[in-house]
Amino acid sequence: MPSLSDLLGRNRSASTAKDRLRVVLIHDRSALPPGVMDALRQELIEVVARHIDVDQHAVRVEMVQEGRSATLQAEIPIKASPKPHSTE
Amino acid sequence: MTGRVITITSGKGGVGKTTATANISAALADMGHKVVCMDADIGLRNLDVVLGLENRIVYDLVDVVEGRCKVRQAMIRDKRLEELYLIPAAQTRDKNAVAPKDMVRICDELRQDFDYIVIDSPAGIERGFKNAIAPADEVVIITNPEVSAVRDADRIIGLVEAEQKGPAKLVVNRINTEMVERGDMLAVADVLELLAVELIGIVPDDSAVLVSTNKGAPIALEPKSKTGQAFRDIARRLTGEEVPFSASNGNEGFLGRLSKLIGTKEGRNA
Ligand SMILES: Nc1ncnc2c1ncn2[C@@H]1O[C@H](COP(=O)(O)OP(=O)(O)OP(=O)(O)O)[C@@H](O)[C@H]1O
Ligand SMILES: [Mg+2]
Repeated sequence: MPSLSDLLGRNRSASTAKDRLRVVLIHDRSALPPGVMDALRQELIEVVARHIDVDQHAVRVEMVQEGRSATLQAEIPIKASPKPHSTE
Repeated sequence: MTGRVITITSGKGGVGKTTATANISAALADMGHKVVCMDADIGLRNLDVVLGLENRIVYDLVDVVEGRCKVRQAMIRDKRLEELYLIPAAQTRDKNAVAPKDMVRICDELRQDFDYIVIDSPAGIERGFKNAIAPADEVVIITNPEVSAVRDADRIIGLVEAEQKGPAKLVVNRINTEMVERGDMLAVADVLELLAVELIGIVPDDSAVLVSTNKGAPIALEPKSKTGQAFRDIARRLTGEEVPFSASNGNEGFLGRLSKLIGTKEGRNA
């Protein structure tokens, strides 16, 4: 949920600072360089796509802050008509 | 008596640790507590000048560590407050002249005679920082509402936790209300949301701080100063008192500003 200052400070430098810090802190805390996220996303898609037909363009992989810890969240939408199971 | 050791630290340099140490110590002593503040910034001694006690130094922390004098002999009594003492840092040595175990030993001795031992930490994450937090019962992190200071504060908060000295408490120093209202400075609420730690103080950006440093007289002892009040509030919170944040700088306090912001927003939309 955006905070009050988010709503008020939109397009001002403070909200830019906050957005940038949010990302920087999550990566600092997990010791995961931001550039690794793209590779992670790609590899996750590959692994999942071996079993299920996924909508590759709608895949979202991101770190989400919860207090002082972070969760890796992946949203991987599955295509409407999945291919029949080849592996059992 | 078993005094509490409070260490004031930060990641980034120049955010106001020494200023906060001097003012919190003075405020605690002014409340009637017996206080000794210690400059752990070996080689870059400053707490003495901020307190206006630079002319009285005979011995320093490294003299105590190396056994050239007793702790008592290195303590300088404040000019204004009966119950305030300073242990200065050495100016011509480096941080390796002191080890964390030395700090623990000296503080254990001081705990018997003082209510509060306030340690001014050097910036950074190396030996000087480790020395400063080794004896701490409580760690206070100073930051400014600015990206690199907040980022470095986050790193220090993590290190304090890793050293089992957490949870650290946060002071946001140098808040400029006008800039926050304009949306060009991170608000205290933003900093808190990002760092996810407990807030223990909000200090305005105030040119009177420089004036008080020029004179070597802590602003916390100026009854009418809002900034002085902010430091006095931090001192009271450190003693366990519940002090509302709206009182920390009058109507311009954290909550006051928030409600003012709401007012501004409605005004704009009307
Ligand atoms: N609330 C404030 N308003 C205005 N100026 C301030 C405030 N707090 C600190 N300053 C100024 O900022 C400068 C740095 O402060 P200070 O020496 O306390 O920082 P520090 O964190 O101890 O620095 P270092 O990392 O070098 O030890 C000083 O000139 C001081 O007067
Ligand atoms: Mg300093």
